[in-house]
Amino acid sequence: MCLGIPGRIVKIDDPLKKLATVDVSGVRRQINIACIVDDNHSIDDCVGDWVLVHVGFAMSRIDEREAAETLKILAELGEAQSEIEAMRLSAAQ
Amino acid sequence: MKYADEFRDREKAATLILEIDRLAATIEIAKTRPINIMEVCGGHTHSIFRYGLEGMLPGAIELVHGPGCPVCVLPMGRVDDCVSIAERSEVIFATFGDAMRVPGSKKSLQQAKAGGADVRMVYSPLDALALARKNPGREVVFFGLGFETTMPSTALTVLQAEADGVENFSVFCNHITIVPTMKAILDSPELNLDGFLGPGHVSMVIGAAPYQFIADVYKRPMVIAGFEPLDVLQSIWMVLKQIKEGRAEIENQYARVAPAAGNAAALNAVGKVYELREFFEWRGLGSIDHSGVKMRDEYARFDAERKFAIPNVKIADPKSCQCGDVLKGVIKPWQCRVFGAACTPETPLGALMVSSEGACAAYYQYGGVRRHASNEATQRLATAS
Amino acid sequence: MNMHPIPPPRALGRVFVPMVTLAHGGGGKAMKDLIDDVFISAFANAAPQTLEDQARFDLAGLAAHGDRLAFTTDSFVVDPLFFPGGDIGKLAVCGTINDLAVGGAKPLYLSCAVVIEEGTEVELLRRIAQSMAYAAREAGVAIVTGDTKVVQRGACDKIFITTTGIGVIAPGVDLGVDRVRPGDGILVNGLLGDHGAAILCARGDLALETAIESDCAALHGLIAALLRAAPGARCIRDATRGGLATVLNEIADASGVSIEIEEALTPLREEVRGFCEILGLDPLYLANEGKIVIAVPRDEIAAALAALGAHPLGEGSALIGYAGCGEPGRVTMQTVFGGRRIVDMLVGEQLPRIC
Repeated sequence: MCLGIPGRIVKIDDPLKKLATVDVSGVRRQINIACIVDDNHSIDDCVGDWVLVHVGFAMSRIDEREAAETLKILAELGEAQSEIEAMRLSAAQ
Repeated sequence: MKYADEFRDREKAATLILEIDRLAATIEIAKTRPINIMEVCGGHTHSIFRYGLEGMLPGAIELVHGPGCPVCVLPMGRVDDCVSIAERSEVIFATFGDAMRVPGSKKSLQQAKAGGADVRMVYSPLDALALARKNPGREVVFFGLGFETTMPSTALTVLQAEADGVENFSVFCNHITIVPTMKAILDSPELNLDGFLGPGHVSMVIGAAPYQFIADVYKRPMVIAGFEPLDVLQSIWMVLKQIKEGRAEIENQYARVAPAAGNAAALNAVGKVYELREFFEWRGLGSIDHSGVKMRDEYARFDAERKFAIPNVKIADPKSCQCGDVLKGVIKPWQCRVFGAACTPETPLGALMVSSEGACAAYYQYGGVRRHASNEATQRLATAS
Repeated sequence: MNMHPIPPPRALGRVFVPMVTLAHGGGGKAMKDLIDDVFISAFANAAPQTLEDQARFDLAGLAAHGDRLAFTTDSFVVDPLFFPGGDIGKLAVCGTINDLAVGGAKPLYLSCAVVIEEGTEVELLRRIAQSMAYAAREAGVAIVTGDTKVVQRGACDKIFITTTGIGVIAPGVDLGVDRVRPGDGILVNGLLGDHGAAILCARGDLALETAIESDCAALHGLIAALLRAAPGARCIRDATRGGLATVLNEIADASGVSIEIEEALTPLREEVRGFCEILGLDPLYLANEGKIVIAVPRDEIAAALAALGAHPLGEGSALIGYAGCGEPGRVTMQTVFGGRRIVDMLVGEQLPRIC
């Protein structure tokens, strides 16, 4: 039961109840952000955060660095493949 | 869409497929039988069908669609309980859309609604709480279902109701936990699985540590996986690498969303409101110890189970149904004796045909095995009679 | 979006009460006043008003437009009655016009039957009637006959409208859902799913804010332009309830062909994608009220696309796939990711999901 989608927090609606507005491709909805605030990340810090939204709750702050890392591994894999392919082609000639 | 479109890239997919192909060809077990990898979570099943991943993978890899769809594994008796609560005149019964069509022994919530029950579909438990505020003269009951991903949302909603003094709101708690269920599957004597894709969004809440026994005790590799198609392919590739290298570890492909430690605030809310049940009944799998949670005594007044007398009758799964075997990966959906014949999405018998995330419904809807399977089923019926 | 201007609120007219009661359905003076004041005054058209129970047509006048009559009916229920991009009145006019137009007919006349729940505000009826009149005028069709019934509170949801339409098909035009052949191109006239998403958002219970508007529009002008450019077009269907996926399945089934579309070519608004991601919906099944699916032979694809693209209601038109010789009746989609999946009919309505 795990439909979760990335969205960006655009404003804080109610600091007391930890409610904020999230934007998903131009669709906006009020969500609860209790799970992404802590001593090191205040409610106001959340504006601009990319978060994973599940049933109206921000459940995780998306880690930009980790996302880039995952894509980098895949890009490198692709480069390695094309190098091997190039070598194979030149050996065949 | 940021953090989604990048992970649906066709070229990177081709790269991964090539790597998966190469790797699978070098794995010893693939010479005698397919490599069986279970995706535990229904969200993965959905992505696999939505993006047509099965057709892209080499034949050496079989994906086994696991029990991670809480709607599918909900026993009929619990649906009957929902219906009985929903049919009370003072009740507004709020539920996620997923549960509307799940058949009980007599009717589904959708049918109860048609018969006059006040059943409302909501996107979030917060919306159910808002309904309670808006309708002070009615009792609003939220149907709390889902794994650890969803538990924090209902727990936080109950805490909010408490803070605001909303007394006409309660949760019918049917939350379940994934780890004991995976253990039950791993203990099954017919077990035929070589590795697991771990449920990314459950892991975002509970972290990676609870799965460690899978590697340590059962010596199976698991990769916590995201839900975009590249995530799924990369995770399959990572599982294959572990198999190839003879490792059994809990790895995390989905670190951008699921930190190793999980989410402390979410777990804190869950621990405050819920405690483990001794056992919980699963459709297709039977009773599994400590596989569900209930509300703690301190929150009894928000507990629909205590607020309303519910029939709580256990209804046995239909005998012809082989959902358990499909869930454990012993048979494929279309090999079930009723698939596509007595059991279809219009008239689901088994749990897995109920929700679009259920393996059988997904096969029926997307799998391309529909006609083939119903032919097979017809033939079986013909030989049987 | 082409909306009719909301008329200023006016005095109660000949109806001297703000709300419809059962008296307005009783056949007496109250009913006549309601019909005259709300409907007849709005629908007034060039044709001389008759007080008969039926509209009467000069056959020769009809025959001047073509050699076959097209006749269709449709009922409209929608919650909410007014939504971004339209209202039940506009929907009732455009929907029936489109049902005529997709058969290649020139729409000429409409009837309008309304079932009204007692307690409905007369002002609301006026706005709906005026919206219908505006849509009909824009489309060049006349609403020539009608009926009203008033039912007890709770027996219907404010207002249900049934419109019936008559149109005429020109000689040589022969569109049919069973006429599609392998190799034909499958086209749509723009962004899909707007209506379904707009309605779900407008209901408000999902608490989603979007700028998505219904695509509700009368498409006979667009279709006429298309048929001039691509006279060999095989079939046209409007992708209303059940969306693109359902229409493609109907075509594949009736013509005994397979259809394969490409997800990457299927036009979707970014907001509709976001909306679908949030609710776990598949945009292929979302309703449209201004979108058609067209099958044309391969050599007319370019001309058809050019004609569609040149029309204001064809912005974003696209070739999304082809009919083929695969398994008859089977619709598949090449996903953005490179995989293939089956696009089947839905079992029931599509419900938001969280898993």
